[in-house]
Amino acid sequence: MLPPRNNPDLLSLLAKSPAIDQTGSIERVARIQTRSLKGAAKLQGLRMALSMIDLTTLEGKDTPGKVRQLCFKAQHLHDQTPDLPKVAAVCVYPSMVGVAKKALGDSGIKVASVSTAFPSGQAPFSVKKDDTLFALENGADEIDMVISRGRFLAGDYQFVFDEIAAIKELCTSARLKVIFETGELDSLDQVRKISDLAIAAGADFIKTSTGKIQPAATFPVVLTMLGAIKDHFDKTGQMIGMKPAGGISSAKLALQHLLLVKEVLGEAWLTNEWYRFGASSLANDLLLQYQKQLTGKYQSAAYFSID
Amino acid sequence: MMSNTTWNLDPSLESTALVQIKPQYELFIDGKWQAPLSKTYFDSINPADETHLAKIAWANQADVDLAVRAARTAYTNVWSQLSGAERGKYLFRIARLMQEKARELAVLETLDGGKPIREARDVDVPLACNHFFYYAGWADKLLEAFPSQNPVALGVAGQITPWNFPLLMLAWKIAPALACGNTVVLKPAETTSLTALKFAEICQEAGLPAGVVNIVTGYGDTGAALVAHPDLDKIAFTGSTAVGKQIQKACIGTTKKLTLELGGKSANIILEDAPIDQAVEGVINAIFFNQGHVCCAGSRLFVQESIATQVLEKLKFRLQSIYVGNPLDKNTDIGAINSKKQLQTIERYIQLGLEEGAEIYQPTCELPSSGYYCKPTLFTDVAQSARIVQEEIFGPVLTIQTFRTIEEVVQKANNTPYGLAAGIWTDKGARIFGVSQQLQAGVVWANTYNKFDPASPFGGYKESGFGREGGLHGLRAYLKFPN
Repeated sequence: MLPPRNNPDLLSLLAKSPAIDQTGSIERVARIQTRSLKGAAKLQGLRMALSMIDLTTLEGKDTPGKVRQLCFKAQHLHDQTPDLPKVAAVCVYPSMVGVAKKALGDSGIKVASVSTAFPSGQAPFSVKKDDTLFALENGADEIDMVISRGRFLAGDYQFVFDEIAAIKELCTSARLKVIFETGELDSLDQVRKISDLAIAAGADFIKTSTGKIQPAATFPVVLTMLGAIKDHFDKTGQMIGMKPAGGISSAKLALQHLLLVKEVLGEAWLTNEWYRFGASSLANDLLLQYQKQLTGKYQSAAYFSID
Repeated sequence: MMSNTTWNLDPSLESTALVQIKPQYELFIDGKWQAPLSKTYFDSINPADETHLAKIAWANQADVDLAVRAARTAYTNVWSQLSGAERGKYLFRIARLMQEKARELAVLETLDGGKPIREARDVDVPLACNHFFYYAGWADKLLEAFPSQNPVALGVAGQITPWNFPLLMLAWKIAPALACGNTVVLKPAETTSLTALKFAEICQEAGLPAGVVNIVTGYGDTGAALVAHPDLDKIAFTGSTAVGKQIQKACIGTTKKLTLELGGKSANIILEDAPIDQAVEGVINAIFFNQGHVCCAGSRLFVQESIATQVLEKLKFRLQSIYVGNPLDKNTDIGAINSKKQLQTIERYIQLGLEEGAEIYQPTCELPSSGYYCKPTLFTDVAQSARIVQEEIFGPVLTIQTFRTIEEVVQKANNTPYGLAAGIWTDKGARIFGVSQQLQAGVVWANTYNKFDPASPFGGYKESGFGREGGLHGLRAYLKFPN
């Protein structure tokens, strides 16, 4: 087999990716996790988290009926509680984009579509291109593409870069989220490298995982990606969004992620324009905790609709 | 588009309800609370808000004499007669009681000394417990620890602890001493006596035989009386180099065994291939842990020139998310300076830095209106010859120097009378070994800082002292080996 052909410019970009020390990353996260959120700050955090959710269904058995129900939930998280924020987006497969678009109407909630042969990314580029175009034609506001992890691990960085750049070119008005599937990438050094690569290739958002592989959005991985976003911002002044996905199912975890964002990136990222949670079951725990914070009492989970 | 979200954390105060502070503390001698023969007391205050905490007995020569006599009697009649296994049982019991009272000890440590509750709770108290557990395990294994060397206890040890880690330093001293079969008279620092006195209550609760542990509180004169006492076999001191030198002089011509753990001006070195974000975090931890009141604090930062600008920018950004304020707030990163005197010392050094022409950076943060507080402070544009680079400040003040080559940084790191600790940050394993072998420091941390473990010996080179505490080395300091 021929060695991968990488453009010297790309190689010199990747050579600048700093080393990431795993032990130090874990300690940094542990420090954030001992922060204590009380009172108004906790309420505000729960509201922010709710507004940042990409409410997701990505199953082989998804149907228009399921997606319509999810879209209703997205607009009516818990009508018994007044003044709740709406979620940021609904995230579905390309085949469901049209259904979601219609169900969400003019609610302001975005439709995000996974793409490029999600979740494996193991398809020829022509298929990935059609996949993306189909989603866009059906009205997707955001494209969540997966990278070719196999090519990345084989050192074929140029291939991965070109693929992202080509999909970005298709997304004329849609925002592009690039999914790394960090659970397949072995080390934090690799996570940092792919983050720098994807940002250079035109990613608007970088996203940890498909939700199909464990581990998914672990704190050290998220911290590493936030570090890449921060360094890019310091160098260019350009903001890149972040989306952890997979495994963030409790309010406690979500709030810790937001504290991480606050300390590592700054408060400018604390909006759903720059930060999202990819999650299917997070919303209800946020609602439960929100209710608890307001009333001092825990409600039974039975009072919150499952979708 | 930049949003204008602000998200400030609400106060999250640790409750002080379970802490009981007596209005007045006596001396703990021979298992009992005894009013001082000196008839004098001093005030202990909370440095976070300058409120009065308790009156504490001020031991004089006669009080020290009583304490040493009690320790000697306990050594001769009780403690030296017990088997190692029996001594171990007492130590395990003390360790468990400390764990049970962990929250109370942590709050007390914070109230008395000003350190953030997060650190008292997550570092000081658990580590202190671990030291007792660790040395409890050695008590019946001294023959295995020193095979064919006939290890024997020294007798009575006089121990003097500093105010920066009151309970932890007590554990470092008392646990190995007792495990080896010695009895002790301990003098805690005058600003932070309360956890030592709480420890005395724990000894009572554990049923420790009377006189094995004696606590005499007071100022430097109490310590001097202890050091000068003729019936001691060992002096262990942790504190300033200036006092350490006096103690060493006082011990000349005596048979007292001496260990000194003194000051430091430790170098923290970042090479250009380092994991930068983690190194920056390590710098924060190295200098701002416990308000910089750490003998091994990484107070001299050396950054390779090619990454110096980036590291400095990252440090400044990181300082914005450091919370300075009420030590009882669970989110506080930097609490109160331990005493007014120490705050004045730190402020004098900051002034000196400005006079020496260094560039200062402090984050914009509001400090509480009462109590002793100091903003985290960076000094750049400093030279090796500046006094703020050479002298121990013992506060949240970091000097930042740049260097070009490894040879240069090793020379500069070693160019100090101190030699307690150092840090090295690089992604290259070979460099870690190469540099650390050349550094004259008792501890060298690689890609981390301020890591402590009971199994790991700790101590200094040069004017940072001699003798080791922790690990097997720590046992040796409380034993003699007659043939």
